[in-house]
Amino acid sequence: MSKSAKGSHHPLDDLLRTDRIPHIWCPGCGIGTAFSACLMAMKASGIDLERTAMVSGIGCSGRGAGYVKLDSYHTTHGRAIPFATGMKLARPELNVVVFSGDGDLFAIGGNHFIHAARRNVDLTVVCVNNLNYGMTGGQVAATTPSGSKTTTTPVGNPEAPFNLPLLAFASGATYVSRWTILHSRELTESIEEGLVKKGFSFIEVLAPCPVNYGRRNRQRPMDTLRAYQEKSIIMNDADPTRLQIDFDRAIILGKFVDTERPTCVESYDRTCRPPMEPADEEKAA
Amino acid sequence: MTKPAVLTGEHFMTGDEAAAEGALAAGCRFFAGYPITPATEVAERIAERMPQVGGTFIQMEDEIAAMAAVVGASCAGVKSMTATSGPGFSLMMENLGLAVCTETPCVLVNVQRAGPSTGLPTQGAQGDMMQARWGSHGHYDLIALAPASPQECFHLTIEAFNLSETYRVPVLVMTDEIIGHLSERVVIPPAKAIKTVSRPRAKGRKDRFLPYKPGPRGVAPMAAAGEGYRIHVTGLTHDERGYPVMTVEAQAEMMDRIMGKIRNNREDIIRTEAYRLDDADFVLVSYGVSARTSLAAVDEARELGIRAGLLRLVTPWPFPEEKIRALAGRVKGFVTVEINLGQMHLEVERCAGGRAPAYLVGHPGGTIIPPESVVDMLKRISGRT
Repeated sequence: MSKSAKGSHHPLDDLLRTDRIPHIWCPGCGIGTAFSACLMAMKASGIDLERTAMVSGIGCSGRGAGYVKLDSYHTTHGRAIPFATGMKLARPELNVVVFSGDGDLFAIGGNHFIHAARRNVDLTVVCVNNLNYGMTGGQVAATTPSGSKTTTTPVGNPEAPFNLPLLAFASGATYVSRWTILHSRELTESIEEGLVKKGFSFIEVLAPCPVNYGRRNRQRPMDTLRAYQEKSIIMNDADPTRLQIDFDRAIILGKFVDTERPTCVESYDRTCRPPMEPADEEKAA
Repeated sequence: MTKPAVLTGEHFMTGDEAAAEGALAAGCRFFAGYPITPATEVAERIAERMPQVGGTFIQMEDEIAAMAAVVGASCAGVKSMTATSGPGFSLMMENLGLAVCTETPCVLVNVQRAGPSTGLPTQGAQGDMMQARWGSHGHYDLIALAPASPQECFHLTIEAFNLSETYRVPVLVMTDEIIGHLSERVVIPPAKAIKTVSRPRAKGRKDRFLPYKPGPRGVAPMAAAGEGYRIHVTGLTHDERGYPVMTVEAQAEMMDRIMGKIRNNREDIIRTEAYRLDDADFVLVSYGVSARTSLAAVDEARELGIRAGLLRLVTPWPFPEEKIRALAGRVKGFVTVEINLGQMHLEVERCAGGRAPAYLVGHPGGTIIPPESVVDMLKRISGRT
């Protein structure tokens, strides 16, 4: 994507707004890898890209919608999911992908997340979790580990972070996984599974933020990636209550939930729509 | 069994129900809401009716989400609406701003109740008129309509959709608890007699489409998600491509477009009604339920020999500045009648510009203003006491 690559063709060029490159993401940031995985998954999944929309909220990851060459909506802070819910319910034939960050989806947007999962809205939600608010310069988030330093927890975070897969599971998501940007192959496959699966799919992606988070917590860019390599354990179907991220002991990755239940639209159609009369059925046929 | 979207015939229904029927008749097929007195009946009616006409109703987790869903549904190409009251109106301001900035048509019915805060949930007021104008951050223009009866709740909700689709702007239907809960005769015309308007649609080469390049009236044609235009839509300041551009020039150009399409079409948008205004010395300026109070007051004052007239604001926003300015040169005074402590009154006073005095018959909220209060004011300012 750099200028030196001019002339050669990137395999994702047809899905990128190349006229908007260079992007805003910092050196060492993991969002680009997560974003590439998302685009590769979209291509590989075979979904109709003309009928696919990406919705983002606000923040570094929220800029994703601005770089994808699809119908793309960069909305308000925390509101990507309810915006996407309106879009999906109004036009169920659309594939709607939410690409946003942990602060956007789980602090300001937390209420919307749990309700969309409860309703089983057929969305694919990719959350890039970089453990802090990067766009505003590195403040504490609902995902920041206890004790970590940020600009608003200068002596350490006194609060406990969310276990996102547990929250998604408890709220009713029918697909839940967690990967890191180092596991790009598994991540891409997982997003692809989420895209083709009916129902609310949630994919958490751990991504380094060396400039704002790592710098204040004695993690150089490579340290974070090394932690992903050394501390991660792949454990599909792990008990969601055991998925708290612990950089000192273990970060459990894998696919934790893959179940079926009627989607929001299916339930609405079945419950609320009047039964078709024979004449209507003939027309529909 | 499917039912018609337009319930042609004579009905006895509330303003809330009439607004719901107006929305369906206008082609609204998506509604997201959240329960709140005194607007709940709009959602209840729509919850029952929407699936009958092939549309979708959803009760969201709060009003922030409801408004976000409405904007999302409209971006998918479906006419969309929500309904709320004071506290919910406050929560909707965030995504109302998104609709303004992204030029996404949508309709928001505000059945006003007395505030501030939780206030008097079951009692009417007109205290959100300035919030309607300025409630979301930044500078912008939008359109607000103020129905004065259930019949108007029906017609003006259709009008709200038509204006919203024509100008790609959110339109507010500023009703109140009194009109919302008032049952009156509502005549719904045949579907063929109802004029409905849809947004200008994107045409031409999909790879060259500029989603914010103004067309006729300064309004850009709109592409919906899934139509193959692969557009980008953002609440950041953007150029004609829809791309974020963080410059002073881009800001000026975008503001010029979103303000200009309203300001340059004021004559098409602004609706007022005059009653016994031609020879009036004193002009009552009012809207919504208070216009009914004012109508009675005009007749009572005339019987006392006071030449009063009424200018009813069917569209409080944009405010009919020219009308007030023209009247200010020849009348002896304005009296704004509204259930708040002076909101549209400020506009009347501004446009009167000192050429005619501007008085207020206001009320802190919770009930209608009786005609006697208005007549008393007219007697006082005309020297008849």
